[in-house]
Amino acid sequence: MSTPRSNAARQAPAVRPLRPLGRWLPFEWIVATRFLREGRAQTAFIIGGTAIGVAVILFMSALMTGVQANMIQRTLTGQPHIQLTPVKDMVRPLREGVPGLREGAVLQAPLQRLKGIDQWQGILAQMSDVPGVVAVSPAVTGSAVVIRGTASRVVLLTGMDPELYYRLVSLPEKIVRGTARVTGSDIVIGTELATDLGVGVGDKLRVRGASGATFTLQVAGIFDLGNKGANARSTFMALRTAQSLMALPGGVTTIDIAVRDVYDAETIARRIAGAAAVQADSWIGTNAQFFSAVSAQTLSNTSIRFFVGLSVAFGIASVLVVSVVQRSREIGILRATGITRGQVMRIFLLQGGLLGLGGALGGALLGALALTAWQKLMLAADGTPMFTLVFSGALFGWTLALATLTGLLAAVAPARRAARLDPVAAING
Amino acid sequence: MAEGGASVPVVPVPPVVQLRGVRKSYAVGLPNETEVLHGIDLDVLRGDFCAVMGPSGSGKSTLLNIIGLLDRPTSGAVAISGTPTVGLDDGALTRLRGHNIGFVFQYHHLLTAFTALENVLMPMLADVGFPNAEMTARAAALLDSVGLTPWRDQLVGQLSGGQEQRVAVARALAMKPALLLADEPTGNLDTKSADAVFALLREVNRSDGTTVLFVTHNPLLAARCDRTIDVIDGRVVARASD
Repeated sequence: MSTPRSNAARQAPAVRPLRPLGRWLPFEWIVATRFLREGRAQTAFIIGGTAIGVAVILFMSALMTGVQANMIQRTLTGQPHIQLTPVKDMVRPLREGVPGLREGAVLQAPLQRLKGIDQWQGILAQMSDVPGVVAVSPAVTGSAVVIRGTASRVVLLTGMDPELYYRLVSLPEKIVRGTARVTGSDIVIGTELATDLGVGVGDKLRVRGASGATFTLQVAGIFDLGNKGANARSTFMALRTAQSLMALPGGVTTIDIAVRDVYDAETIARRIAGAAAVQADSWIGTNAQFFSAVSAQTLSNTSIRFFVGLSVAFGIASVLVVSVVQRSREIGILRATGITRGQVMRIFLLQGGLLGLGGALGGALLGALALTAWQKLMLAADGTPMFTLVFSGALFGWTLALATLTGLLAAVAPARRAARLDPVAAING
Repeated sequence: MAEGGASVPVVPVPPVVQLRGVRKSYAVGLPNETEVLHGIDLDVLRGDFCAVMGPSGSGKSTLLNIIGLLDRPTSGAVAISGTPTVGLDDGALTRLRGHNIGFVFQYHHLLTAFTALENVLMPMLADVGFPNAEMTARAAALLDSVGLTPWRDQLVGQLSGGQEQRVAVARALAMKPALLLADEPTGNLDTKSADAVFALLREVNRSDGTTVLFVTHNPLLAARCDRTIDVIDGRVVARASD
């Protein structure tokens, strides 16, 4: 029963021309938006809550994607995505096993001598046609000793064709002195090795390869890979020089490959190994621990996003449940005036969807602001952004769609409840 | 084909409301099962203006809810404008109700988020799905007929109680119903406003031939109706013509 109100007619306001409701707006839309507008504070709070949730999801996704991309980029700076090497020598027992007879044969692992990839030029051409492969480069790698006066260091030597190799490994970006361009008499070394041997750009070094051949090379450039060990051990020179040092004339020990999507590297490596007589190792396989850490990070990020999404869904659902209770009389009278259960259901589903969409739009704005602020405030020592955050249109699009869908799904239960209200009970309160 | 001079056969007009043996029980099958309507037979014809009277708890509201297709009888038959309702699903009942029956309640139950005009528009909008100029014009005309043109763009919360009830009457007439069910529509109003609302319903009945069932506790208002239906202890006990 209502509280009796003043029955006195108020002073008549001025009559305005008839303003029809939006011609193209369906009944459900008109009622849903008006209900949301009437409960302004409630609507604002839930949209605010949803926006914060969506902003957290967006910010975390962009942050994690940026962090991972940065970590992977740093990891892959000094290594190719896939490396092809000759198939390892294997020992096979001379006798085949006799059925029913157990033999205690001991197989001694063979020595893996330095050898080149058989028919590497054909394989190189073949690799360029593999889907997903974007760059291919042959190289000779092996151990060598670098000598300067009485000091010497054992190093990992990489002989390569700069034109091809630098498409895979961004060595020129890591050069701190000199140049990454090498001719047949040049060598590029790391900062740590340069310090140990007391050399600078233009100085000469003697390099002795595993074959015993010794060349005198000029330091063309000094790089910093950001890793002390790598700076002490890695050296780069022209392919022909390395072939001569390693006594592999015309041969290569590895074919390095870059792929479009670094996460596809393992799949592509398996495909290559199945098609060519080479061993194919992807960066994922050779950095299993690192990749496992990245996967764990992705999983935890997904879990956090899921639970934030869940809390958003519960927030929307609880507001709509309250709204159904508050509006039960209005729903009852709407049903009495001929509105179907389906229409009632759609009114509340629309409210859920609109709350989700509104929150998503607010969240997208908030997330973009937070990401911009992060990029401007979180700087490395040299003043550059600590890492590049990913402003992905797809991420924003998917988040908008998912938040709207979450709102819709969250509204299902309250909408069903509203549609099932008994008009008589609803009207009588 | 009728020949010249032959009388044209008269097609009988079905009653707007026809109840046969209507019973209504609550808590059916439970120990506390209670029958509140005990086999009611009732015909209400087109153009009737009937007062429904009876003490509180006599079953008036239950009877009105069953006639208004808001509730189903436990047994018996209900027909509205000649359409039997037995076996109709919820969607069919809703459509039949929307097109044939208008409601005015003691408390107006208007949608507070909408203006007076939009409240009147609502049943037509729900029926058609999209707003159009014709329904807006009809809603405006209905509000004009209840004297509320100046207030048509006001949110209903800004109107007085009597004005709200007049909006409720206009809304009830939006779909041009054959039957108007008014459950104590004057119960919350002062005498002047109550008279105005009653006069409005009377006018609707006389001008459009709309059948009106008017639940009231006010014998003076009941005396001004064409007919009185007394409901006592779940039975229609008297049918007196004034």
